[in-house]
Amino acid sequence: MPNLDAKQPFTFLSGLPLTLLTGQSARDLAELLQQLRTAPGSVIYHHTHHFLVQHQYLSPEPPNDFAYWISNILLEEQLGEQLASVDILAFKSIRELRDRLAEILQRHLDRVSDVRAAPPGMEFHFMRSVTFVLPTGIVAHNLQEFRDALKEISLSSIAYHMFDARLRLEGGDNDFSRWIDDDVGEKALATSLRNIDPYTHTEDGLRKRMISMIDRWLGR
Amino acid sequence: MEPELSRYTPIVGEGVVNELRLLGDRLSGKRVVNVNSTRVGGGVAEILNRLVPLLREVGVDARWEVVEGDESFFALTKNLHNALHGQVVNFTAADAATYDRVTARNIERLDLDADFIFIHDPQPAGLVKIRNGHGGKWLWRCHIDVSTPAPGSWEFIAPMVEKFDLSVFSAPQFARSLKMPQVLIAPSIDPLSDKNRDLPQGQIDSILSGFGIKSDKPIVTQISRFDRLKDPVGVLEAWKMARKRVDCQLILAGGGATDDPEGAQVLGEVRQHADGDPDVHILDLPPTSNVEINAIQRASALIIQKSIKEGFGLTVSEALWKSRPVIASAVGGIPLQITHKYSGILTHTIDGTAFWIKQLLSAPDFAGRLGENGHRHVRQNFLLTRHMRDYMLSFLLLASGDQDVIRL
Repeated sequence: MPNLDAKQPFTFLSGLPLTLLTGQSARDLAELLQQLRTAPGSVIYHHTHHFLVQHQYLSPEPPNDFAYWISNILLEEQLGEQLASVDILAFKSIRELRDRLAEILQRHLDRVSDVRAAPPGMEFHFMRSVTFVLPTGIVAHNLQEFRDALKEISLSSIAYHMFDARLRLEGGDNDFSRWIDDDVGEKALATSLRNIDPYTHTEDGLRKRMISMIDRWLGR
Repeated sequence: MEPELSRYTPIVGEGVVNELRLLGDRLSGKRVVNVNSTRVGGGVAEILNRLVPLLREVGVDARWEVVEGDESFFALTKNLHNALHGQVVNFTAADAATYDRVTARNIERLDLDADFIFIHDPQPAGLVKIRNGHGGKWLWRCHIDVSTPAPGSWEFIAPMVEKFDLSVFSAPQFARSLKMPQVLIAPSIDPLSDKNRDLPQGQIDSILSGFGIKSDKPIVTQISRFDRLKDPVGVLEAWKMARKRVDCQLILAGGGATDDPEGAQVLGEVRQHADGDPDVHILDLPPTSNVEINAIQRASALIIQKSIKEGFGLTVSEALWKSRPVIASAVGGIPLQITHKYSGILTHTIDGTAFWIKQLLSAPDFAGRLGENGHRHVRQNFLLTRHMRDYMLSFLLLASGDQDVIRL
């Protein structure tokens, strides 16, 4: 029942990102691939996720920096589209995601004889993301409290529970669905939330979508 | 009295302000000393004036010191600044001696006993030589575009920079090959300052009429010092080309003509090119004209920032914050602020700038969307609250050690 207390309360955390510069850059696709293969997970995570946090109005447009740079700077639109359409939700770890991105780039490079270089000043700069996890002090004991808290929490909190928890910490699921499934016991609602593709929403859009799903559930 | 930080809540939301307070709890009582080279004038002083009280409000024991130097020291550091931007300058042993002498004097007079010593720009960087006697962590904040320094300039400061525990740059292309963590922190604007706060329409109208500007034609504006690197003559050329197709007026407003001989020369060239055209308004404003600049930006249909070289180009964020459509050059930090055709327009030439002036004045709905997206982008990324958060996270990174995920 929605207003019964969950087995465990849900503690909202925030994931605050700090961007670090690696000093590495790429001028063309061959250099991009070379760096990508050895880049740490925090670099891949940054370039596939910071767009979602920084460009709230762009989603569902360019979801990752690699695709944006390839389409808009190298003007390789077909390859850019391929990279943009990688379904990040299908991967359980950053390693798997990196391998998939590298495979697409390698296949393209195998086919073409020469590669275009970015104009001077428009190189791809590799960066990495450090996430600081901070308890917000907001705790929900049941679905109603959870729904009310969703309205209040910052976008950094939504990002942490939806993106970091699943992919970066390799939790296999987003924290919201897991709690509703395991601790509230509402499996159907958990599945609906799990099926939302967060990469096609702005975080504010995601917030509204989740609230309206829970409202429908509570109103049953 | 109402705490300052809560005044930002209606703009950035309760969640963001709470996070700042929670980060402050993690740094409670930590002593932070900022050191730069001037208490008034310039972007660094403007930011520290706001950030230091806000950090204190959330519990960080922050303070601010200023290095003192003589004329020869500031002449040297001005040359160093220009050389780091790429202008060829020869540095001699006498220059190094001047720098060391002034640094030694500042070491004697400044209280640098703190947990975090935050040094801004090259002038006070030499203070790091006393780090061995201090338990604190040293951060160096570079506000300059050091992507293509002239020979000898980076080498001048590198032995000092390498002694720091962490460095901070404003744009990815400014990163250097350094052993310590390099953090990307963009500068910011203060939405509550005179330059950026909301203004009543009546005040905007009266400021514009005070300058003798009517609102009968759309206004295209560039706000910049009269400096060749801001290309005001190029703006005038682009506007002249666009005006053949779309009737509009131009405002070129800025300062720098009174205290800089080159500025006066550039202003003269701009006036000569304008040739008395009544639709061109050239305003040489004093440095205190924040409300006037705010009003001009808000009255404009379109803002240009046609720089040839830029550090970060915060005037772009100032214009976007007012939901104005912006056409700007893709240099320095401008591409971080504008994503082409989403939150503004990036151009590379005078012709391209003229083309987009025509396009945006003829398509106000599209131009309005660019301005609105730009406003949201600035709210998310370039306000003082984000800047404050990044500084506190940098202190916490040094306190925790560099890991991908840090639990606070």
